[in-house]
Amino acid sequence: MRISEFVEAAKKGNINIIEHTKKALKEAEKINEEYHYITAWADVEQQAEQLQKRQEEGNATGKLFGVLISVKDDMCVKGIESCASSAILKGYKPLFNATAVERCIREGAIILGKTVQDEFGFGTFGDKAGIGYKKPKNPVNKKHFPGGSSSGAGGLTKLADFPHLSLAESTGGSTAAPASFCGVIGITPTYGRVSRYGLIDYANSMDKICTMARTVEDAALLLEIISGQDEHDSTSAPEKVPQLTDIPANVNGIKIGIIKEAFEGADNHVRKQVLDAVYQLEQKGARKIEISLPITMKYGLAAYYVLAMCEASTNLAKYCGMRYGQHEKLSGNYNEYFSRVRTQYFGEEVKRRILLGTFARMAGYRDAFYTKAAQVRTKIIEEYNNVFSQVDVIITPTMPITAPTAEEVKKLTPLQHYLMDVITAPINLAGLPHINVPCGQHNEMPIGMLITGKHFAEAKIIQVAKAVENNE
Amino acid sequence: MEITPELVKHVAQTARLNLKEEELKKYAAEMQEILNTFEKLSEVDTTGVEPSFHPIPIKNITRKDEPNDCLPREKILELTKHKTNEHFKGPKVL
Repeated sequence: MRISEFVEAAKKGNINIIEHTKKALKEAEKINEEYHYITAWADVEQQAEQLQKRQEEGNATGKLFGVLISVKDDMCVKGIESCASSAILKGYKPLFNATAVERCIREGAIILGKTVQDEFGFGTFGDKAGIGYKKPKNPVNKKHFPGGSSSGAGGLTKLADFPHLSLAESTGGSTAAPASFCGVIGITPTYGRVSRYGLIDYANSMDKICTMARTVEDAALLLEIISGQDEHDSTSAPEKVPQLTDIPANVNGIKIGIIKEAFEGADNHVRKQVLDAVYQLEQKGARKIEISLPITMKYGLAAYYVLAMCEASTNLAKYCGMRYGQHEKLSGNYNEYFSRVRTQYFGEEVKRRILLGTFARMAGYRDAFYTKAAQVRTKIIEEYNNVFSQVDVIITPTMPITAPTAEEVKKLTPLQHYLMDVITAPINLAGLPHINVPCGQHNEMPIGMLITGKHFAEAKIIQVAKAVENNE
Repeated sequence: MEITPELVKHVAQTARLNLKEEELKKYAAEMQEILNTFEKLSEVDTTGVEPSFHPIPIKNITRKDEPNDCLPREKILELTKHKTNEHFKGPKVL
């Protein structure tokens, strides 16, 4: 059932919200026992009771009336522990809702709980939740990882049979990667399209709140609701939000840009199935154009990581065990106390990124790394702008591989981890909207296609994604 | 550029992290490999190119300088154990 159909039925009273929600909660708890997707639960029964009362009083309004929404752990939900899956924030219960969460609640949504992630968003596979967190498993095969950093969002979206939508977040591919590895739809909007107010920062100039669902239409519905300027976030964009729902799946005359290098680096089965899906779009009237992004494909990953780590290392400087989150007994001077708390509660990857980001901003190295990466970013944005004067969308594989097993991930060096983001990182660096659409499997593991558009062209990528969704 | 355990120790102290000897060695080797890859950015000719600190043009936004409601102090202090009646309590400075 489409989310909009469920909402209409719930508003009319054809569905008892309390009974429906209790049943859904049981199902979610069962999934969580096996797959470890939820870090904290909201009081869903209380929310359901309020909605049921509203329905009975003839006051059932909102585009998400009665729909359960899971929220990535890096978004603030009032009164619910929100930790970005880091031990250093354990116990932190925000006093306010993130704007995206607030907008869902205003539309009648029920907040289900917080979904697990790689600590502060630092991960590609979903293997790096913080100290004390259980590792999430791939919903298709438990021996594999679900992708990250929005791991719980991807896994729960795949397995939840009750009407459910998920708020995810991406800095350098954290929505596209788990959506691809779990086989669900993930939309990352243009930077600034959705307010970041109430988001626990990774890298301010790249963080974007995203949506996940089982269908393009449902993910687009959630995006339409959370989009738009917000007085609490000065970087949220003033651009008008177009209608993102009920867009027809028409690709007649659409010009698709194909980056040769992005396909060459992918595994054979991934390359073949994404190209097969492109061929089907051509049969429906789309035109394929080979394009080249030489600086982007060669230097985009490095520029992304330098800037993301620099921003992360400054953002994480505020965590020191004093005003919220983890606490220790106050002893020693402030340097000793802060160092002790940070050393004890940050995970290994967090420390690595703090070290790299601090180093790349230090006097003597700043020009070679931080400033240089920001200049390369300008050239990358220019390359994309040029390409989008020739094509409507760019299509690539989302990830060069299917979801790896825990054993496979263990063998990778940190650099090899980062290299997996070669396609998603530059797009995120340039702040371009993109959507993952499942387009096949290999040994049962999902393969994802990535459709990227120019800034604020969410409607266009949704249009093409719907045509892929309708492929045979 | 050589990343030594001594250099990593200096960076770690700047970032308020205490690392053990074996961690310094491990991070030094990993950082060496990662930074060698990042150094390839120097190949790009960026003469006269302005850096981009955001992906889309960002303008300063101001609001009227009028007092607004803010979160109540007692609620904020509920988030920590380290407090006096009205203030946060921190580790000693001197």
